[in-house]
Amino acid sequence: MSRIEVLEERCKGCLLCAQACPKGVIAQSERINQHGYKVVEAAAEKKEECIGCAFCALVCPDVAIHVYRTPKNVKEEETGHAG
Amino acid sequence: MYQEELVFGHPASMTDHYMHYCPGCHHGVAHRILAELLDEMGLADQAIAVSSIGCSVFLYDYYKVDCVEAPHGRAPAAATGVKRARPDNFVFTYQGDGDLASIGMAEIMHCANRGERVSTVFVNNTVYGMTGGQMAPTTMLGQKTTTCPGGRCQEREGSPIRMTELLSQLGGVAYAARVAVNNVKNVKKAKEAMRKAFQAQLEDRGFGFVEILAACPTNWKMTPIEANERIASELIPYFPLGVFKDVSQEEAC
Ligand SMILES: Cc1ncc(C[n+]2csc(CCOP(=O)(O)OP(=O)(O)O)c2C)c(N)n1
Ligand code: SF4
Ligand code: SF4
Ligand code: SF4
Repeated sequence: MSRIEVLEERCKGCLLCAQACPKGVIAQSERINQHGYKVVEAAAEKKEECIGCAFCALVCPDVAIHVYRTPKNVKEEETGHAG
Repeated sequence: MYQEELVFGHPASMTDHYMHYCPGCHHGVAHRILAELLDEMGLADQAIAVSSIGCSVFLYDYYKVDCVEAPHGRAPAAATGVKRARPDNFVFTYQGDGDLASIGMAEIMHCANRGERVSTVFVNNTVYGMTGGQMAPTTMLGQKTTTCPGGRCQEREGSPIRMTELLSQLGGVAYAARVAVNNVKNVKKAKEAMRKAFQAQLEDRGFGFVEILAACPTNWKMTPIEANERIASELIPYFPLGVFKDVSQEEAC
């Protein structure tokens, strides 16, 4: 599984990441950070679809996204179950 | 437990300082890829930045490198002095289009022509961003700004200057390219162009220049997404992307 972490205090809600994501994972949240920006999130119903491509992070102007990937084989080997 | 791997994080040579740029401003992307290169090329310890006047004036807050703040337009002259005094350091300037192509036109032309062993990152957002969006030499024909409210007119203000093409004519220039950061593919290409411009300095071949077409949503009076789209629809047709000069080591003097 792959996932993103949005650094909410850096995010400015520009939505360039949402536009770049090939899986439609990212959406605007209801949260407003201390700078007054409505931050994005990996939408609850979509976040499982993240493929860890980092397209979102590559276009983010504020270094507000970190991307984590779990190699499939490692996961299966170490956890003993797939999925 | 499965092992999770961080595949995209914060570049080591970049501070975690919150950037003051507007939402969707491409200065941030340019900053990040520059930092990634400082890390990948092992330059962070030897780099000296010469920053300019414009929205990127606080550049020294964002990098863990030494920085000289040059007066408006004078970064290439200041960088010349820094590099000549410290030839073993990696020296780069970071300048906007008002800074580089207006008030600093003389400095960049002569620095490039002399083939100073410095690298310049030129962020062309077609306006003076910091001071409220006045016309720059790079403003598009018809583009409305606070100093050309009816739109830039060729008869009155001339045509937008294509700096990369101009500089590529000069003998001292080893590498000159124009890039954009409006999509994933272009961000990757921008980074490779910057790497080559930096290599021109490291391999003592001459001056390296990369122009980045950049969005300024605030002064374009657009949303970040609209401004990002304007790069492809309006800027690239007039400011074509590509490598305009790449002199190999053999050809250099
Ligand atoms: C000698 C001098 N003249 C004028 C100014 C005012 N000034 C500050 S920033 C700027 C323009 C910057 O525009 P640009 O280089 O395009 O950078 P951007 O803000 O768009 O990134 C001007 C004219 C100044 N600071 N110093
Ligand atoms: S691109 Fe970055 S700053 Fe913009 S909304 Fe996405 S995470 Fe936030
Ligand atoms: S890593 Fe790729 S799939 Fe995951 S949220 Fe970012 S762009 Fe979308
Ligand atoms: S005014 Fe324009 S160039 Fe300056 S920070 Fe805002 S968007 Fe960026």
